[in-house]
Amino acid sequence: MNRMIMSRDMEHRDDIDSRLGMWVFIFTEILLFGGLFLVYAVMRSKYSHEFHQAALHLNTFVGALNTVVLLISSATVAMSITAVQKGNNKLAVRFLLITLICACIFLINKYFEWGHKIRIGLYPGSDLMITLNHGSIMFFSLYFFMTGLHMLHLIIGAILLTVITFRVKRLSINRDHYVLLENGGLYWHLVDLIWIFLFPLLYLIT
Amino acid sequence: MLSETTHIIPYRTYFVVLITLLVLTSATITVTWIDLSAFTVLCALLIASFKAGIVMKYFMHLKFESSLFRILVIMVLSIYVLVIILLFFDYLFR
Repeated sequence: MNRMIMSRDMEHRDDIDSRLGMWVFIFTEILLFGGLFLVYAVMRSKYSHEFHQAALHLNTFVGALNTVVLLISSATVAMSITAVQKGNNKLAVRFLLITLICACIFLINKYFEWGHKIRIGLYPGSDLMITLNHGSIMFFSLYFFMTGLHMLHLIIGAILLTVITFRVKRLSINRDHYVLLENGGLYWHLVDLIWIFLFPLLYLIT
Repeated sequence: MLSETTHIIPYRTYFVVLITLLVLTSATITVTWIDLSAFTVLCALLIASFKAGIVMKYFMHLKFESSLFRILVIMVLSIYVLVIILLFFDYLFR
């Protein structure tokens, strides 16, 4: 019965299985994005020249900046867990705030990146897209769908981390009970993991 | 056996991991600047996989979880790799 932690108020919990549940959810997410990467792989092998040409339209600098921002945000989430484990909730809140600021920077970058493309008329279903060759249409459709789905995950993760930040501040997440922070962190790292593959495949394949 | 020992990872470890990830990111960008033709994508993907491994091991605490977690991750990734292989067998030799 070692696995069950009985706290003072006789609350039943099992942190390991709680994290295991989160991992199972992460597996479904990996397979969801995995499917999209398969589409990308097949289309890339079919239209390698068109993909190469189309990828030149993406701004590598913005992509690299977003990679750096996401990596920093991931590190600060991980550090916030250490801070909570050491009983330093104040520092944990600061780390989480850095993460949330990084999430905002990522979204602002994406806003300008997508905004520029939409302004020049490059978006799924636009008049310009129809005139492009099939490979380019595939590339930009995958670009918008994959980065869009990733962005949706990032927004959900940011909302989750906002809730967690308030709980850490209120001390309802503390050194004895922090599995929600760990699971929120796992979700955030998933967002980072997906971007690690999206960045070279979409921005750097030229 | 699942144990309930909490392992506190020092800030310094995370900092070193972050620096490593940033260096690897710049390595990916550099690799794509140098023209290695067919190997460019392979190199970029290898570095990305390595980065993903580091993120899972340290940030996602896989190194300090029970072996059950590692076994599950390896199983899921093997299934995915298998799907990729089957797909390309079908696609390339059709």
